[in-house]
Amino acid sequence: MFERHYQFVDRAGAVVLRGCGVVSASVVLLIVGFLMWKAWPAATEIGLLHFVGDTGWHPTEGAFSLVAMALATVAVTLGAVLLAAPLGVASAAFTRFYAPRWVAGVYRRGVEVLAGIPSVVFGFWGLVTLVPLIARWGGGAGASLLAAVCVLTLMILPTIALLSETALGAVSGDSQRGAAALGLGKWAMLRRVLLPAALPGLASAVLLAAMRAVGETMAVLMVAGNVVRLPGNPLAPVRVLTANIALEMGYAYGPHRAALFLSGVLLLGLVAGGVLLADLLGRRERQAVRRG
Amino acid sequence: MPPPPKALEAPWPTVSHVADRVAAGVAWTVALGVAAVLLWIVWGLLRGATDGEWGGWEWWEWIAQKPQKLGVQGGIGPVLVSTMMILAVCLGAALPLGLGTAVLLTETGATRGDARLARLVRRSLDVLAGVPSIVFGLFGSVLFCEVMGMGFSIKAGGLTLACMVLPIFIRAAEEGLRAVPETWRHGAAALGLSRAATLRRVVLPAALPGLMVGLVLGMGRALAETAALLFTAGTVLRMPGSLNDSGRALSVHIYELSMFVNGGEPAAYRSAMVLVGILLVINMLAAGVGRLGVRV
Repeated sequence: MFERHYQFVDRAGAVVLRGCGVVSASVVLLIVGFLMWKAWPAATEIGLLHFVGDTGWHPTEGAFSLVAMALATVAVTLGAVLLAAPLGVASAAFTRFYAPRWVAGVYRRGVEVLAGIPSVVFGFWGLVTLVPLIARWGGGAGASLLAAVCVLTLMILPTIALLSETALGAVSGDSQRGAAALGLGKWAMLRRVLLPAALPGLASAVLLAAMRAVGETMAVLMVAGNVVRLPGNPLAPVRVLTANIALEMGYAYGPHRAALFLSGVLLLGLVAGGVLLADLLGRRERQAVRRG
Repeated sequence: MPPPPKALEAPWPTVSHVADRVAAGVAWTVALGVAAVLLWIVWGLLRGATDGEWGGWEWWEWIAQKPQKLGVQGGIGPVLVSTMMILAVCLGAALPLGLGTAVLLTETGATRGDARLARLVRRSLDVLAGVPSIVFGLFGSVLFCEVMGMGFSIKAGGLTLACMVLPIFIRAAEEGLRAVPETWRHGAAALGLSRAATLRRVVLPAALPGLMVGLVLGMGRALAETAALLFTAGTVLRMPGSLNDSGRALSVHIYELSMFVNGGEPAAYRSAMVLVGILLVINMLAAGVGRLGVRV
């Protein structure tokens, strides 16, 4: 009798658990589905070519070019990654190889605090601190591509630093000891042995950080000035795709709204591809480590 | 792993010596720079929030007061209430679902179907973790506000955040469950406990610290979120009467004050200080709880 009760509870439990798993897994599919559904009119009523070929973004007048904003997203991300990647890897090397243990501990805690600061607070700080500074030194309004790159750099730096540290730590101790036995100095060991061995992990860290930069909304929205134009002059304002959605969703309807959802689909596709690629790189590294 | 032995040093300066010095110098400079920027941010927020007179701001009164003039005067009482309600909805939805999924990922998988399901779930959660918050906002505004008819409401905002927090909570919970030694499960099975009883009496209590870490990390992420709430929970500054009312979260309040309200800067500083303060406490909690771990 008891046995039967056990079986029932366990079987019911398994069904509940599978249900939870299916629901959790389907959230991504739901997101893709609902976004595509709402973006569909953009393809049928406007036509996808308009998003590349139109002159400028004037959605109420039927001009839907996303080119300027997509390029702004690329420029802002590229700038932030180019700055944050070397700084982040250097910071990871600092905690693993150069800092005394207690300094490394305190410093790591600091980086974690930096990672925990919400994007809206970064945006606010950039707005009240960086933007006036840039306006004073560079002229103009201050809200600019440069301000966005600076704030984004600070936001993705902790991601790169913490993940790179893990990647460097995953390189086997054997290669480290071998390098030391060959009489290599710290720098030679890092450059010739550890960094090459950790490269897939580092690349995965940088890629994940880049995806974070692509998807970042609030901080960029608050400091970039949000004028739709091709990125060029770092002191001029730009508007990125995410900021555009945040600014216009409140009042958009009809084809305009569909266009915003289309840019959402674009972002989602880009980020999902990046995350899967980063995942693949990370896996390759783990395999390499296992093979030793 | 034993620490790597120090490299043998040549007694005379060589090219690699110089390169070593330079590299160490660069590493220290970068680290000091990052630390300086962090201090710059924290100091800037502190100074802005207190108007330069330390201790002149009675924050414990301020956080409970009603805002006036769009938040320029008065406090953030209703904003805090909305934030807590959004958080409650978010956790209420994400915790059971996430716990069930984490248990599925760790405790089952004997059959091939379950293993396949687990792989699928993991892959899709990886992608979900990378979805930009504004995309969650778009999704929430369609599914919860439009299709499910919730409109701009705390309920819709909380549920949107739940989708966002799900991968974070599941990852931490999974780690906590994996930390429970396999032998404990065997022991429970040998005593004739059903799998459900093993889970409830043995595995879950032992994994509690890991689950708490997940809870705390999820709370941190939900409190920090802004973009996903703009078009789901909305920006209404009134005290919410129920979960069906629109409510403005603390992070949204900072955004609105700094971008759209003339003279909102002092209040934005204070709100930012409160938000960062809450998040710091939460981070410390996560670190403290994580250290408890399973004692074997």
